[in-house]
Amino acid sequence: MTGFDDMGAEIFRQEASELLQSIEKGLMDLEAAPGDTELINSIFRSMHTIKGSGAMFGFTELSQFVHEFETAFDDLRNGRATVSNDLIGLSLQACDQIGKLMEAVEGTDADNQRILANLRKLMRPGHHSDDTDIAEDEAAETPHPVEEPVLGEVTTVIRFWLGSDALRLGSNPALLIEELRGYGDTTVRALDDRIPTLGELDPTDCLTGWEVEINANLTDADIDMVFMFVRDEMDLSVERRGATLPAPVDTPALMDATPGAAPRAATDETQSQAAAKAPTNPKAAAGETMRVATERLDELMDRVGELVIAEARLQALTEATNDASMMSVAEDIQRLVAGLRDATMSMRMVPIGSILGRFRRLMRDLSSSLGKPLEFVTVGEDTELDKTVIELLADPLVHILRNSVDHGLETPEDRRAVGKPETGTIELGARYSGAEVLITVRDDGRGLNPAKIREKAISKGLMSERDDLSDSEIFRMIFQPGFSTVDKVTELSGRGVGMDVVMRTIASLRGEIDLASEPGHGTTLTLRLPLTLAIIDGMLIDVGGERYTIPLAAVEECVELPTLHTVGNGGSSYLNIRGELVPFLRLRHLFEIDGTPPDFQKVVVVSSAGGRVGLVVDRIIGNYQTVIKQLSQFHACLKFFSGATILGDGTVALILDATQLVALGRDVELRARREAAA
Amino acid sequence: MRNASHTDILTFRLGTEKLALPAEYLREILEMVPITRVPQSGSFATGLINVRGVVVPLADLRVALRIPRTPATEDTRVLVLEVRIGDEKSTVAILADQVDEVTTINTAEIEDVPPVGSPWPPEFVFGIGQLKDTFVMFPDLDTIFKSYSAADAAKEKVAA
Repeated sequence: MTGFDDMGAEIFRQEASELLQSIEKGLMDLEAAPGDTELINSIFRSMHTIKGSGAMFGFTELSQFVHEFETAFDDLRNGRATVSNDLIGLSLQACDQIGKLMEAVEGTDADNQRILANLRKLMRPGHHSDDTDIAEDEAAETPHPVEEPVLGEVTTVIRFWLGSDALRLGSNPALLIEELRGYGDTTVRALDDRIPTLGELDPTDCLTGWEVEINANLTDADIDMVFMFVRDEMDLSVERRGATLPAPVDTPALMDATPGAAPRAATDETQSQAAAKAPTNPKAAAGETMRVATERLDELMDRVGELVIAEARLQALTEATNDASMMSVAEDIQRLVAGLRDATMSMRMVPIGSILGRFRRLMRDLSSSLGKPLEFVTVGEDTELDKTVIELLADPLVHILRNSVDHGLETPEDRRAVGKPETGTIELGARYSGAEVLITVRDDGRGLNPAKIREKAISKGLMSERDDLSDSEIFRMIFQPGFSTVDKVTELSGRGVGMDVVMRTIASLRGEIDLASEPGHGTTLTLRLPLTLAIIDGMLIDVGGERYTIPLAAVEECVELPTLHTVGNGGSSYLNIRGELVPFLRLRHLFEIDGTPPDFQKVVVVSSAGGRVGLVVDRIIGNYQTVIKQLSQFHACLKFFSGATILGDGTVALILDATQLVALGRDVELRARREAAA
Repeated sequence: MRNASHTDILTFRLGTEKLALPAEYLREILEMVPITRVPQSGSFATGLINVRGVVVPLADLRVALRIPRTPATEDTRVLVLEVRIGDEKSTVAILADQVDEVTTINTAEIEDVPPVGSPWPPEFVFGIGQLKDTFVMFPDLDTIFKSYSAADAAKEKVAA
């Protein structure tokens, strides 16, 4: 039982955090368009779902807390209150609070009360002025005030029978009744007329009906909300008695219901009305999609990876047999495997928009805490990336965006002084570029100051006075550990940790970072990321009998090593490639491989982040589909390898990390220049 | 009668030493497979092997236990193990010069290493047990692998 509860709670948390995100997004949109009733409705619906399923899984505190916000949004919906920035801010706080309640963080109660007190203060002017006092008294006495004030002497009588499967499916009628109780004084009566004789009785069926008499006037929508999850299977009838006040326009046909007397006909009517009126439940509409655990997708990807490897072996064998019919089968399989691989990879793709919502919230908070008004623009929200990549991207992007607001944007006064609009703009964009996705963060702030960065880098010993670096190389210094151009450390950034972490994360995703900046006009940071992490095209090379794979995307060209370089073991060596000097590394030397090199060695020129390096190898074997396997923690610290792969013959080959090798080439080059200058 | 005090173990040889490990660590025993050398990986986990489509690091306990290394023979086997590093289970492989048998030992008979006169680093030895007329050494696999894992080293760096 505990297991089931835990599982239920876990499902609830997952669902609720998605709903929270959609509430946050809705609130943000609402801030921009305060009159949008559809938005209010959708926020209300999400809150209601959290409240309802929260109560179902025992998150009582949470559901009581949400209840008050739901009430507030109900008031908005019915035009009894208007959207204000204060309300949005408070609701956002409430979202955070709901998150805490969901994780059952200790000591949240005081915060709950504070937020709710603020909410009541905010909502009071919007409440019916005539029962303000009552509302206030109630609010002071109970944390769970009655939602609808009693209008006259209206009594709503609800009769319902859940489907006979209801208990087996996990519904709990007591919770539904409990929820109805929230609307006012209630009298509950069990209806046993549908219970058959003992011989026909299945004790696991839910055959009892309930008649709930509520001392309040419930609208159809209210009732709809209570029975949202069970409505499809149930019989429901509603009757309103003693409606001396003008009944709400949407009151359904009154029903003279004797228990058991043809309730179904009336129910159909009520339901069809409700269905026509009730906003479409997003959950019901999502029937076309299916939730699959990420591990399963990972497993599928692994299997496809193995299939790709097995297919490579088959290919190798068939080529050896030279049997035409065999070869045609092998070709078919090759095509099928490629299709399967693409389909599997596309399953793991999620739109980057799924994390952008979080950032909008962040930007709003940053803007108000730093006193820098800003407009946050997002472009290309439907650009898709591998799920793993997206998840790992979230934290680096938070860092980058914080930096943009904190360091990039000027204060409103400074902006005015230089003739810019006071409101800064930060744009987060995503788009495809070949087999890569480019994610750009652009601000229209003060831009990077190369002279200042240069000075700082020299004082930190990251470069020497004599180094003649291009602006873009200087900008890259901000990714060095311990680097920060801001003189004072703020709460948000400037501690010099952060950008190097960003760099490392992006590198671990086999991505690259470009920085461009125009002083006075802003900075653009571009992340270049591979579409997927799982399978790449690789070039297999051989050095002294050992085989390594180089990501083909990084390979620029292959040339023969000129004979004048045939001997030697490293040191300062350059190749002249069409007039440009490219440093080169001997893998034989770098990886301490024994044996004598062949007469004609090859150089594979790889590029990364604008830099180039030549890798001297014995032989280029060819291009292969490469399934990337992560290195274990015993080898994760080896920076020249980004992973391993299994070759057609079953042996393992390491995958070279182009970014690190280019960086090493640059270091070697710098050292050589320094030595030459000394 | 078997009870909690009896445990299944696998005994194997490294050089002239006889070692044992609890059978629950063992996933499978393989004949020698092609090993891919990992450059710059130090002396402990120097290779990678393919265990049915999974890339598994191959380590040599002789390095940790300071047992002289000898070239592989036709008796050499690869033991695929599941060890616990911190909170995570990891699949690793080790070399064994020869695999002897799976047998049972009374855990009460596993004793601590005498502090003096032990040729092995004491922190890497769980204990010594007596099996018929020979002594077998139980290496502390979790500790050995943890101390060589990069994640552990990186964590210390972050904390510092």
